[in-house]
Amino acid sequence: MNSLNRVILFGATSAIAEQTARQLVAQGASLYCVGRNRDKLMALIDDLKVRASDHQQIDGDVADLTDSDQHARLIDAGERALGGIDGVLIAHGTLPNQQACQADVTQTRQEIETNALSVISLLTLLANRLEQQQYGVIAVISSVAGDRGRQSNYVYGAAKGMVTLFLQGLRNRLAKSNVDVVTIKPGFVDTPMTAELDKGGPLWAKPEQIAKGIIKAMQKGKGEVYLPWFWWGIMLIIKHIPEAIFKRMSL
Amino acid sequence: MTAPRSWNRLPRVAPDAVHALTQRYAGVPDGLPRPLLAHGNGRSYGDVCLTEQGTLLLTRGLDRFIEFDPQQGILRCEAGVTLAELLALVVPQGWFLPSTPGTRLATVGGAVANDVHGKNHHAVGSFGHHVRALELWRSDGSIIACRPEDDNGWFSATIGGLGLTGLIRWVELQLMPIQNPWMWVESQRFANLDEFWALNRRAEARWPYTVAWIDCLAKGKAQGRGILLAGQHAAAQAELPTFKESGKRIPVDPPFSLVNGLSLRAFNTLYYRQPVKPQGALTHYVPYFYPLDAIQGWNRIYGRRGFYQYQCVIPPREAEAATAALLDTIARRGEGSFLAVLKTFGRKPSLGMLSFPRPGTTLALDFPNRGDKTLRLLEELDAIVREAGGTLYPGKDARMPASLFQAGYPQWEAFSAYVDPGFSSRFWQRVTP
Repeated sequence: MNSLNRVILFGATSAIAEQTARQLVAQGASLYCVGRNRDKLMALIDDLKVRASDHQQIDGDVADLTDSDQHARLIDAGERALGGIDGVLIAHGTLPNQQACQADVTQTRQEIETNALSVISLLTLLANRLEQQQYGVIAVISSVAGDRGRQSNYVYGAAKGMVTLFLQGLRNRLAKSNVDVVTIKPGFVDTPMTAELDKGGPLWAKPEQIAKGIIKAMQKGKGEVYLPWFWWGIMLIIKHIPEAIFKRMSL
Repeated sequence: MTAPRSWNRLPRVAPDAVHALTQRYAGVPDGLPRPLLAHGNGRSYGDVCLTEQGTLLLTRGLDRFIEFDPQQGILRCEAGVTLAELLALVVPQGWFLPSTPGTRLATVGGAVANDVHGKNHHAVGSFGHHVRALELWRSDGSIIACRPEDDNGWFSATIGGLGLTGLIRWVELQLMPIQNPWMWVESQRFANLDEFWALNRRAEARWPYTVAWIDCLAKGKAQGRGILLAGQHAAAQAELPTFKESGKRIPVDPPFSLVNGLSLRAFNTLYYRQPVKPQGALTHYVPYFYPLDAIQGWNRIYGRRGFYQYQCVIPPREAEAATAALLDTIARRGEGSFLAVLKTFGRKPSLGMLSFPRPGTTLALDFPNRGDKTLRLLEELDAIVREAGGTLYPGKDARMPASLFQAGYPQWEAFSAYVDPGFSSRFWQRVTP
């Protein structure tokens, strides 16, 4: 079991990360939160400070994570503020407009930069650091979309797929160093951004449920987790549809 | 998509659009169909939180705390925080809501907009009396900070202002110190209304919290029989039991109301016969203040057609006669509710121009929606309320006539000047020209 007493959150203001932060704080954790939008980040940090005790450190910084020159500085600042790193959650990302990406490869490059390369840059630095200290857990929010390319969002899927594959290798490498690498694959999440959609179905989960699953997976040092768990079954089927049939489906 | 509803599940109306707010400082995007109306956790009964045109702004995404001073008990939070979330933060630190309604699933913004009251109204007034400040976003993009000491009218318009003066973005509250999460509660049976008045007068003089449940089906000499609960926060040194919350839920919509003549009579009789504890006992604050919250989706027992809440207030001079007349009418019709609640308000003047609480006696009931039959009964009750110079609670109304509203809220025209031209509700359109 991993301790999650000092955690750095990248993309802390996303709905899932925010709920994860609240639950970690309720469990006594100190947090260093990185987000792109200053107002959002300040609102998050103020809220977490109210929820925390005086002994918990709640801090953070504003940064655009596509600027990988910032990454080493942010990790240093987080480690200094927390007095060490037990865990890291990488949760930033964007949901690309597939049509725009199809029309223009610059758009595609940018999405891959945000959703894959910036994550890989952070992971490279974090892996070396945790490998050295010989403990800790790194979790990344990937996606079920990375399990198989589909016409409706294959740019996003390709970026997430790259992250998933990179994490597999990293997990393999760090296993002997007592460092856990967790790939989180959420299904449909009922965030405020999706409020306009009909979410009556059983496939929709609340961000607080996903957050609970993330924390459990990080504590237990799981490998790949689908959240909620039944997406494992759904994706198992989707992954095994023969390509000859799959290419004619409209998913 | 299914349109947001209020807790009594009627009226069933859908706005043109629904927009979920997530950041308090971000304002509301241009281009949303107007009028706008904030919708919190949908715990009011009726149409103060609904609109048939324009956009409902869902505020549950505004659920952050902003600042808490645990020495002074001053909390500032976003308007979409529920009272349950707030209590979970402050109760372990020795603080409590000085005024709380019978559900902790309402939002702070909703509590302000309806100027909600609790069992301790006679001692502390209503929710609005404990608001230190709030921030209002207006549809022209301006922001108004409101404090009770301001004399520009914005505060008194917004307290109990039914969300019509703009979007409430955050609220700052003065909390009340407590020693622990428990209540000391004495319960006593009374055989009829006369006994209630005498018992209630004595209880109010002594206890911060009083409320009575009455059997609204009992007739004749037993009319108004019931149980009075008087409570106070438990002593610092009390032998506290352990408490574990257990929730139940109504999982499906029954096709028809489970509340009918038979089940009502059985429930009311059993409830009246329950053992009382005149000597007092410790009760945890959750079941004491929020008994119905323990049954998730209790509103479903009334079936798909929903139900009407009816809460009136009758001025002190007419209270005894009018209450008897109301109970007569209900019992004669064999209609009635599981929990008919009777309480007297104190004399502390409410701060809001449209606040419901005022000196007198308040009776709250719910009736399954049986269409015209129910509406006719409510009109009969209206006549008694009107005759006695009383009025109804907008936060629990889906049908009162405009004339009754205007008679009961004489400041409504002055209030109109503060209504945001980009905001409206089905309620407001119904009760004003």
